[in-house]
Amino acid sequence: MFRHEWIEKNAILLLVLTLLTISVGGIVEIIPLFTIETTIERVVGMRPYTPLELMGRNLYIREGCYTCHSQQIRALKDEVERYGHFSLAAESMYDHPFQWGSKRIGPDLARVGGKYSSDWHYAHLVNPQELVPESLMPKYGFMATTPLDFDHIDKHLRANRIVGVPYTDDQIAHAKDDLLAQANAQMDADALMKRYPKAVVVPGNDRAPTELDALVAYLQMLGTLVDFSNTSPEKLQQ
Amino acid sequence: MSDAAAISETLRAPLTYNEDVVRKFVVAGMFWALVAFLVGVYIAAELAWPEANLGLSYVNFGRLRPVHTSAAIFAFGGSVLIGTSFYVVQRTCRARLFGGEALADFVFWGYQFFIVMVALSYLMGYTQGLEYAEPEWHLDLWLTLIWVIYAVIFIGTLLKREEPHIYVANWFYLAFILTVAVLHLVNNAAVPISMYSAKSYAAYGGVQSALIQWWYGHNAVGFLLTAGFLGMMYYFIPKQADRPIYSYRLSVVHFWSFVFMYIWAGPHHLHYTSLPDWTQTLGMVFSLMLWMPSWGGMINGLMTLSGAWDKLRTDPALRFSVTAVGFYGMATFEGPVLSIRDVNALAHYTDWIVGHVHSGTLGWNAFMSFGAIYYLVPVLWKRSGLYSARLVAWHYWISTLGIVLYISSLWVAGIMQGLMWRAYDAFGFLQYSFVESVSAVHPYYVIRWLGGMMFFVGALIMVYNLVMTVRSPSTRRAVTGYPVGAIAAGE
Repeated sequence: MFRHEWIEKNAILLLVLTLLTISVGGIVEIIPLFTIETTIERVVGMRPYTPLELMGRNLYIREGCYTCHSQQIRALKDEVERYGHFSLAAESMYDHPFQWGSKRIGPDLARVGGKYSSDWHYAHLVNPQELVPESLMPKYGFMATTPLDFDHIDKHLRANRIVGVPYTDDQIAHAKDDLLAQANAQMDADALMKRYPKAVVVPGNDRAPTELDALVAYLQMLGTLVDFSNTSPEKLQQ
Repeated sequence: MSDAAAISETLRAPLTYNEDVVRKFVVAGMFWALVAFLVGVYIAAELAWPEANLGLSYVNFGRLRPVHTSAAIFAFGGSVLIGTSFYVVQRTCRARLFGGEALADFVFWGYQFFIVMVALSYLMGYTQGLEYAEPEWHLDLWLTLIWVIYAVIFIGTLLKREEPHIYVANWFYLAFILTVAVLHLVNNAAVPISMYSAKSYAAYGGVQSALIQWWYGHNAVGFLLTAGFLGMMYYFIPKQADRPIYSYRLSVVHFWSFVFMYIWAGPHHLHYTSLPDWTQTLGMVFSLMLWMPSWGGMINGLMTLSGAWDKLRTDPALRFSVTAVGFYGMATFEGPVLSIRDVNALAHYTDWIVGHVHSGTLGWNAFMSFGAIYYLVPVLWKRSGLYSARLVAWHYWISTLGIVLYISSLWVAGIMQGLMWRAYDAFGFLQYSFVESVSAVHPYYVIRWLGGMMFFVGALIMVYNLVMTVRSPSTRRAVTGYPVGAIAAGE
């Protein structure tokens, strides 16, 4: 008959059994997410981030924006009315890692793109309290004066491709041009718009792109890509 | 026992233990506790008075918050866990640490180096952007090395034990070491943009990234902050109370059910999100079931005191350990309640969650650590007792009051936020703008800051008391009848 004493007297047995016991839950919950096809809805409009958006997203992560802002509208009536259509899994499929967040010290940002003008974002990021007096948000004026470091932008795109984001050779080859085209309203953005539909060109300042340019480009894109006129509840069934 | 037998006992048992590394971890643990609490108080002030961000990138809330959480969980909690596990595994196995002094010291210095580098990298903006897994890939690799050596020392010591049975505390420590290793390796898989850059992109994206992160995040709570601390409970409470564990059978049942069920609970962090419903439901069901093994541990800890409850009057350090188990019971009841989807719909994204976490971390983890450290310092530094029991009592009451202020203010704030966000007016429109909920919680953020401040002051009192315990002549051990040589050898 089985006796627990056997395990207590054998460190290796205890180790192996513990490892087996803790593995079950993770395996059952995680692996199907990679194998069940409906986990990520099929929608029209999703594309990888433009180089400038990607750099903006990295700054969003660097500054720890996720500690105060979620990017995940739950399927609840009040959230949908406040922030827009509930978030789809497809909308964060190119996010490595995800930035859904866990706390709303500030509002959700999953669909903040296009909600305010780019000028509003510049002013708000530099001095949030000037536009929203009750805001608890730190001031990010230092980003307006820091030039964006994008020397290795092609490497960023390549690393993304390794983890599964479908950047094309063309997109990688033109990464620097696309970044510059999006950060300056004076420049020709046709090629950029062809490679990345719906990209928002930020005003910029004719000088080298700043960190704030990248962050605003990222914020202006959030939640705007999916063509919701092309979906139905059945298509969104996971 | 004859004098000769007593001397040979003194010579035999403690002679073989490596206590030096435990002392180092205790000192480091107390130091990081102060850092974690101080940063916590500061970022709480930033939420109450946003001017405290100073417009400086390095001290902005977004960069300091991971410093606070990592300092609390990995620096303070981790140091106390590794230190006590080294202490407990030697005594309960009657074996000196496997691998010798140098290896144990390498784990100590390697781990402290990791912590310092992590804190600096956060301030400079290097982060993976995954909660509680912020360190970038090169630091993750370094921690992997340290952790493997730590596991080798611990398991090696278990293997060379002279006791036939592996004591229950070590089951929990072992589960903590193994599971943290698995979580760390899986969740931190990433591709750096180049070998010379700290920046990397996570191997998983979107919904998979989310589930793996919360599988990691919830089990960092489950195995680092719970299993490891249950290991502490199973050693230090019986020691302090001078009683055996209440129920051996209960410890067997709750150990296996605990390690099996905890792993499933992660998806309750993602209710109503774009994670598929089936995963959410599984997460909720296991979170609810988890209530039982959690309370199994609590009952075993508390009932160990039966017949020794009077000790709470005379031993204020035991008060910390026992109150910790009480908070553990409370937090592990609140957790399953919060994992119910309908409750979670209200509570998620609000300060209720922050309050819940702190009733666990302050009430359970920090109090358990305080109880163990108050017990350990006189033992490790060979003093007759603590410098001042009165100061321990002051520490106890100030901290307890601080926790009460902290969690009750955030209950109010969190439930208020949840209700304001979903409130509709008579015309069917959303009643409040988001920013109105920000203004409404201001007074509670001030109370929370005050509660955190009291907790910090309590820890300062503790540090003073411990320093005096080591230094003051009043705690010197009374001279015994043993020959001088025997005492020296016994060290």
